[in-house]
Amino acid sequence: MSTLEIRGLHVSVETESGPKEILRGVDLTVRSGETHAVMGPNGSGKSTLAYSLAGHPKYTVTSGEVLLDGEDVLAMTVDERARAGLFLAMQYPVEVPGVSVSNFLRTAKTAVDGEAPKLRTWVKDVKGAMDRLSIDDAFAERDLNTGFSGGEKKRHEILQLELLNPKFAVLDETDSGLDIDALRVVADGVNRFTSSGDKGVLLITHYTRILRYIKPDYVHVFVGGRVAEEGGPELADKLEEKGYVDYAGASA
Amino acid sequence: MTSDTVQHGLTEHSHGAGAEAKGHGGSAFNTVASFDVDAHPVPRGRDEAWRFTPMARLRDLHVDTPLDGNDYEVGVDADPRVVVETIEVTDARSAAVRGSSGYVPVDRPSARAWAEADTTLAITIPAEVQTERPTIVRLRGLGAEKAAAGHVVITAERFSQSVVVLEHEGSALFVDNIEVVTHDGARLTVVSLQDWADDAVHLSHHHVRVGRDAVVKHAVVSFGGDLVRTSVTLDYAAPGGDAELLGLYFADSGQHLEKRLFVDHNRPNCRSNVLYKGALQGAKAHTVWIGNVLIRPEAEGINTYELNRNLILTDGARADSVPNLEIETGEIEGAGHASATGRFDDEQLFYLMARGISADEARRLVVRGFFTELINKIGVPEIADRLSATVERELAIGEGLPAASSSAAVTAPSRTDHETTEAKN
Repeated sequence: MSTLEIRGLHVSVETESGPKEILRGVDLTVRSGETHAVMGPNGSGKSTLAYSLAGHPKYTVTSGEVLLDGEDVLAMTVDERARAGLFLAMQYPVEVPGVSVSNFLRTAKTAVDGEAPKLRTWVKDVKGAMDRLSIDDAFAERDLNTGFSGGEKKRHEILQLELLNPKFAVLDETDSGLDIDALRVVADGVNRFTSSGDKGVLLITHYTRILRYIKPDYVHVFVGGRVAEEGGPELADKLEEKGYVDYAGASA
Repeated sequence: MTSDTVQHGLTEHSHGAGAEAKGHGGSAFNTVASFDVDAHPVPRGRDEAWRFTPMARLRDLHVDTPLDGNDYEVGVDADPRVVVETIEVTDARSAAVRGSSGYVPVDRPSARAWAEADTTLAITIPAEVQTERPTIVRLRGLGAEKAAAGHVVITAERFSQSVVVLEHEGSALFVDNIEVVTHDGARLTVVSLQDWADDAVHLSHHHVRVGRDAVVKHAVVSFGGDLVRTSVTLDYAAPGGDAELLGLYFADSGQHLEKRLFVDHNRPNCRSNVLYKGALQGAKAHTVWIGNVLIRPEAEGINTYELNRNLILTDGARADSVPNLEIETGEIEGAGHASATGRFDDEQLFYLMARGISADEARRLVVRGFFTELINKIGVPEIADRLSATVERELAIGEGLPAASSSAAVTAPSRTDHETTEAKN
């Protein structure tokens, strides 16, 4: 049983006209076994929350705290957070030419586990996970994210999620840009990840579409850098119907 | 790269499009070509072709240091069908071999080496011979006290297919000319691997003559040495030639590695593709890349592209990168160049670290990846492992050094954090 606690989180980015506050006091707790959907209009700070949790250098935490089982996440480097069990599936995975997918996956697995995976089972694990995500075998020898289509990048993120097997996954608009088939494949991957019952998921999305395939336990509506409303899955139905219009005033 | 040398938006009507912008007359075709040493003035630091070179570290090789030393040994490992001969200048055959690429020395060190090298190492791949393994010439310098001159002529006869690797190691003061001649339809890969000891000074001129429909791959790989300056000139004997010019360099603290290229598109329907990649680490590591391409009026239907990328790993290193393109006919398939110099890409490091990979390991992955593309393009499996291992060794040297700060790319004197790509005609 693990807990990811976000308390009073304020985050700024540097702009030409000085620091600009994006997150204005976020409180959110995710326990293992729970799936939380974070929904909100563009510019509401959803992705900032995701990148801040992962420790992207562009974002400065000005106050608040993030605790993983009581440990101070904000004091950790980016790689330490990943090794502590946090995973961020990125909206825009970065191309790294000359580094093959297979080499990257093995290096990451070794780093996260603290020891190299056993070769025989590892090869089988990778192949199995790739098959389940309908990823072609040749993919393993391609350069990391280089020249991948949008759908390939997202499936590759979920491949890493399955193989690295973190405690908590933050999925940053993993559904955006996917056609319905790819969306199903990705959602199935996330559901496999949570099926063990001891995983926490923070699913960040603009649309309710993915929630037909991944059932959230809680829904948080994000507006103007903080949580404007919280509820159960029924809140997503309301958003499906009415969109974010009701929250327009809150984004000031 | 200085911004005045970058050509933007060349189009068909941009005849001779100011590639000599602001009197930047550095192209090799403006240079005196002569076998007579005295026809070449002693280079000075203010000369365009020498302005990046630390003249004080040349040990007067460009002036009058005798090149009569022989403190080096040469070993050759060749396929038995490849003919390897050492021809004395006094030998009647010498005159026919030396100069067979059409090269005439374009600067004083090259002319001096031509005059003073008393033998020519001639490597000939006979017509239609296809070798399975590369011909490897190992030159091992035994000391940097006395200077020496060398001359190599590699001839790929018609329809032959082969790889020649010239390895350099040890300590030396060395000035040489390498001629590469390819006849009709030959396929030849030549790799010059410069893995010198720290005190070596090497001035080298390569001239490549591309035959009709010949396919030439030429690679210069520089790791060691105090000062290594390699000039590569290339022209075509007939239409249909295809040249790929590759370069890999890794400069450490205090090293000066300079690569100068001049591709002379003097025949129609030929191609050239240039890719040079370098990494730099440590105080006063300095690399220079000059890529000159001339498309003469008769070179219709050609296609050329050149790309130089430099990765600055620590503060205090400097990469200069100057592409020059002179187009004298608009009737071409394409011409372009790009140059980019920068530090690590923060987003790449973040992505890797977000998967638990430490900062050091992430940097190693990125640099390995940066060079892997090039090592694969060189495509000689017999040296690929060695090149990868040497890159690893270089990375280990830099491990203790602090990574380049975010201002590094901006303050790097090369000021090249931009890229130019020419429109295709």
